[in-house]
Amino acid sequence: MRNISKLFLLLVIALVAGSVAFAQNVPPATGPNLTIGLVMVGPYNDHGWSQANYEGVQYVLAKLPGTKLVYIDKANSADRPGTTVSQLGESLVAQGAKLVIFSSDDMTDEAIRFAQDHPEIFVILTSGSQQWKEGKNYLPLPNMINIMGKMEYMKMVAGVAAAMTTKTGKIGYLGPLINDETRRLAASAYLGARYAWVNYLKKDPAKLTFKVTWIGFWFNIPGVTSDPTQVADDFFNSGFDVVISGIDTTEAVAEAAKYTAQGKQVWAIPYDYAKALDEGKGVSLGVPYFNWGPAYLNAAKSAINGTWKNHFEWNDPDWKNINNLDTSAVGFNKGTLSKEASAAVDKFIGELGKGLNLWVGPLNYQDGSVFLKKGEKATDQQIWYLPQLLQGMEGQSVSR
Amino acid sequence: MRDTRGNRLLFQIGAILFALLIANLVLFLAGAQPFAAYKYIALGAVGSWDVASNVLVSWVPLLLATSGLLVTFTVGLWNIGIEGQITLGAIFTTWAMRLLQDSGWNPGIILTIAVLAGVLGGTLWALLAGALRTFGGVNEIFGGLGLNFVATALNIWLIFGPWKRPGVASMSGTLPFDRSLWMPIAAGSSRLTPATIAIAIVGIIAVYTMIEGTYFGLKLKAVGRNPRSAYILGISTWQNMMASFAICGVFAGLAGAVQVTAVYHRLIPSISSGYGYLGLMVALLVGYRASLAAPVALFFAALNVGSIQLPIVLKLDSSLAGVLQGTLVLFVILGHGVRARLLKKTKRTP
Repeated sequence: MRNISKLFLLLVIALVAGSVAFAQNVPPATGPNLTIGLVMVGPYNDHGWSQANYEGVQYVLAKLPGTKLVYIDKANSADRPGTTVSQLGESLVAQGAKLVIFSSDDMTDEAIRFAQDHPEIFVILTSGSQQWKEGKNYLPLPNMINIMGKMEYMKMVAGVAAAMTTKTGKIGYLGPLINDETRRLAASAYLGARYAWVNYLKKDPAKLTFKVTWIGFWFNIPGVTSDPTQVADDFFNSGFDVVISGIDTTEAVAEAAKYTAQGKQVWAIPYDYAKALDEGKGVSLGVPYFNWGPAYLNAAKSAINGTWKNHFEWNDPDWKNINNLDTSAVGFNKGTLSKEASAAVDKFIGELGKGLNLWVGPLNYQDGSVFLKKGEKATDQQIWYLPQLLQGMEGQSVSR
Repeated sequence: MRDTRGNRLLFQIGAILFALLIANLVLFLAGAQPFAAYKYIALGAVGSWDVASNVLVSWVPLLLATSGLLVTFTVGLWNIGIEGQITLGAIFTTWAMRLLQDSGWNPGIILTIAVLAGVLGGTLWALLAGALRTFGGVNEIFGGLGLNFVATALNIWLIFGPWKRPGVASMSGTLPFDRSLWMPIAAGSSRLTPATIAIAIVGIIAVYTMIEGTYFGLKLKAVGRNPRSAYILGISTWQNMMASFAICGVFAGLAGAVQVTAVYHRLIPSISSGYGYLGLMVALLVGYRASLAAPVALFFAALNVGSIQLPIVLKLDSSLAGVLQGTLVLFVILGHGVRARLLKKTKRTP
């Protein structure tokens, strides 16, 4: 009997010790002089997604004197063969990083591994949803925060700009790879375009062509992805006169500039980075962009002062001024727009700010099945995990 | 000039110095202090146990690829197709893992079967290159390059098609395997897998023993030196060539299996990580001597891992490590060539 009691006691001690050992806690506050590590999927100066993230951290450095940045870009297996993203994150930790930002959804597996292997390091997985309690992939990790901006709104604005500009009624969408995020962003652009087409231009929605072509990744990888230059050319050569870019780089703008210089007036809308307009003066209608600074600043502050709590945030624009870099998570910089198109864009932004919701039924999925019944509003989850493109859009909904 | 050991050493040291000179020049043109660059590469490779273990992780597939190539080089074949053979090894490994991951079998058994499947994949692809060479008269360099393209296309098709994640086709590859199906990681390390290190060490010893200490190795050497004479002496040329392709395929398949089970834990588009081409450079640099393959492969792996520090600390592109590796190989081969020429000249002079 005594032996059984001893055994039981040992078992309890082992269980308690085990649970203490495995329970992952929030890392301790770093205090001032935080070093931030940033892992970027593309080049830090890509005029797109990676540069927007890079400048987001630069904003933190400016607001929090004493913080430092160490970064590694081109963190993908094609550019850095033989390395893994978690290994690259560890290289930044070796340089003193206590907060590591994995700035791409494509790094999800490795970022989770890193967060689990390094519970003492704060981790931001940008554009992921693992810390969303109501999400499909909830995996609580005390040291991880997911951050995303509500780009859907700005893609709608891009759609309005495109619809107000197209002369042929054919809008192309240069898509990256196919996933929940890219589907909902392409669908948002379509919703905006259709809204302007029907409500501002009073045209028949059946006469609006909106086609999505996916290249396979966020940027061109020769021999692996489709060539975005080629895809943009195909659009412009087949009657599409506006191409909305959903990829991280600016091929659509470069091609639009080339065609326009040759006498064929076409337009493009770049993506991600506020200053991406610089490349396509005269052909860029505007750019929907991410402004990561404020969200990264909040996260850095919480790591410094010990108020960090794992969570998911999907941040709104500041409707008072969507281009306020201190308050708005996403924005839209207008480019070369006609007077009428520019006014329509402003009007649309105003309507969105007053509560206009385009994710309201009746809306069908691309295959004709019902997405939202008449008057039904989509939940955040229905939008985030959009399983198909919408009826009226051409292009692949899911990868085959 | 006489062909002495001292002369040989002198030429090799000269070649390395020239390579360093060129690498320094490139670094200088890139606006970097060469010694700072070397310092950070060294720190990035051996500065801590973590980075040193990363070097070993990179060393394993590189040494496996080099081991296989030493065999094909012995019979005088340039098995460029090794990249595709690594890829097929990885594909077959992934295939086996996908079939068995929900079987409830012991992970050790699943991993063993998966590695053997990788070996099978690498071997079949190598035999295809060998058959093209032996029976189709297609030079192994062109045949291998073609098969590399086919392997890459097949790999990408699988990742973006039948093996894609639910609803998502991603460059980050197939869905990762459960942690229970990862090659066991050493305590105190986040990615070092002792089993794969053991495989690589046993592999290179086996290759060394086979080439230097067996009759079969002697036959391979004979075919490599002069296939015609070997044939006249009764050594079957094509059988030995096919055998060397098959053995190289075994090692390439193992490298692919290691990439899937111990490094990435999934299939990714560039699953070979260029270890096949890097292995060719190592084999060239060591002059096809198996005894030197392990340390030189370790040096190359250290350069690869250490060079990650270049963009982080010095804001330089890490491909400078590739420049150093390339110039090193180039100058060592050039050194051999110059020495051979001088020897020939000396012999002709009465």
